[in-house]
Amino acid sequence: MNNLVVLPLFIPLFLGVSLFFFRTKYRLQQWIAGLGTIATIIISFILIGQVSKSGIQVLHMGGWEAPYGIPLVADMMAAILVTVASIVTLACLIFAFHFIGEERKGHYAYPLMMILLCGVNGSFLTGDIFNLFVFFEVMLLSSYVLLSLGGGRVQLRETVKYIIINIVSSSLFVLAIGYLYSITGTLNMAHIAQRIAEQGQDGLTTTVSLLLMMVFGLKAGLFLFFWLPGSYSAPPAPIAALFAALLTKVGIYAIIRTFTLIFPHQPEITHTILLWMSALTMILGAIGAIAYWRIKQILAYNVIISVGFILFGVAVATEASLNGAIYYLVHDMIAKGLIFILGGTIVLIAGTDKLREISGLVRYRPILTWLFFISALALAGVPPLSGFIGKFMILEGGVNEGYYLMAGISLLTSLLVLYSVMKIFINSFWGETLLSEGEQKSSGRGVLIPGFMLTALVVGLGLGAEAVMPYINQAVEPLVNPQIYIDAVFS
Amino acid sequence: MKFSNVILQSAAKVLVFIIMIYSIYILFAGHNNPGGGFIGGLITASAFTLLYLAFDVETVRDIIPLDFKIVGAIGVMLALLTGLASVLLGDNFLFQYYEYVNLPLLGKTGLGTAFVFDLGVYMAVVGTTMTIIRSISEDE
Repeated sequence: MNNLVVLPLFIPLFLGVSLFFFRTKYRLQQWIAGLGTIATIIISFILIGQVSKSGIQVLHMGGWEAPYGIPLVADMMAAILVTVASIVTLACLIFAFHFIGEERKGHYAYPLMMILLCGVNGSFLTGDIFNLFVFFEVMLLSSYVLLSLGGGRVQLRETVKYIIINIVSSSLFVLAIGYLYSITGTLNMAHIAQRIAEQGQDGLTTTVSLLLMMVFGLKAGLFLFFWLPGSYSAPPAPIAALFAALLTKVGIYAIIRTFTLIFPHQPEITHTILLWMSALTMILGAIGAIAYWRIKQILAYNVIISVGFILFGVAVATEASLNGAIYYLVHDMIAKGLIFILGGTIVLIAGTDKLREISGLVRYRPILTWLFFISALALAGVPPLSGFIGKFMILEGGVNEGYYLMAGISLLTSLLVLYSVMKIFINSFWGETLLSEGEQKSSGRGVLIPGFMLTALVVGLGLGAEAVMPYINQAVEPLVNPQIYIDAVFS
Repeated sequence: MKFSNVILQSAAKVLVFIIMIYSIYILFAGHNNPGGGFIGGLITASAFTLLYLAFDVETVRDIIPLDFKIVGAIGVMLALLTGLASVLLGDNFLFQYYEYVNLPLLGKTGLGTAFVFDLGVYMAVVGTTMTIIRSISEDE
């Protein structure tokens, strides 16, 4: 029993709801939300320390032991992801302080961001598959509102699509959980894993696992990503950054968790399908990223490429490739948040996201230029930044297992990622300055704090890889050997 | 054509009390028997909705002058604080304390902290449902 495990979702939810009482006091809301997120970050660092010292931390809520109650399970992967999610949320919140208008502040934008963080952290920490569904819904409901707040024409169109897609996939999720419950007779993930390991993964169970893969794939933007570019380019920059950094990653986490813990027994079917879907995702995402000439679209397609890349590492499912996948997942949450914040700032300053109409920003915004340059290199995986190490480990894992074609595809898409972000960089920062100082739509000064914060992390994660690796290794242990996770839940 | 609501209004005045009492019974039955804060909250919300159907929006707002968003928020916080209380006492989050007490009039009664949690859920459900119904009905 360790009550600390509940705090990363308790604090954001409690403080987020308490903001309802101060609807018009924006300054107070900002203080509460900011300090609450900082507290969440501190708690999750303590959690990482505890997990690294004394193994997986479990909290049986209400004192009901597993498998009867709902446990919260903080293994190293969950603890790391909770920490990174809270840090990125803090950056997006600070960014939002400057860039969110009256019409959103007054309609609970800050409480919703906090509740979204609660949903994300809860999904990472829960050890019960139905509870996972509940936290998915907490996250999705707040994202529906954040997406539609403001009520612009494009926003409403994209919100309707987004809600329909997610309602369909959520109902399939419940259906799959129902099947799983009737097969195994339990909802506790460790218990399901134990029973499937005992009775073997038959055809029916594998079919259910494919249904779950489809559900999580829809949420993660794996192959079935047709909804993603539209809905990620509709909301304002801080909210788009929050979505890009967190929402798809929860889907990826769910795939990693279910296919390492519950369904690892028939990789020749499940993992092969996962492999091909990830390859197709990378290819289609790269085509989108190089085809468009609008900043928001290019960045949204970059989200898709990295989803494919991380799941390539998951599909290979060796220790090396999973190490890479977790590392790259952490890198990608930070880097996607950063590049969406910076890209959003460019759009705000120029007043348009059409690349051909922006030019020469370097003259007025040298710091923004350099931040964008570093984050673009990190995204493409140029050493010594954090993207490189993750990519290297995933590719190493893939090549060792003989997946040369897939490794080739991922290398090629990495180049196309570099091309697509450099296209933004060259077109918007270089060239003749089109805007005079007075014509700018926004000063873009508020970007500096979150920009520096996340850039420091991207650089630090790359240079300090040596120090981070032991934690990543510990995160991968329960993925390679699910018995560790099961024993921790039932101890 | 002017439609007369006399029968509906007269019936509603009686029915609302019956429904409310039943919802509170369901709320108290909650943690040991079928029932609880969620379903109790929905029944209460249905009583309020009956008032909306029988009378008009302004009248009902005078009868129940509550900001239901705040009711919902208080409910969620109450439920969460119940969980926190058990943490402060050194037990698992959301642990239930249960005791039999001899109360005047009621005699031996079981009191559980799960009820406080259920009350939070009840308020959250009433708050949310009524916020949804109000924002739809005021749309015209």
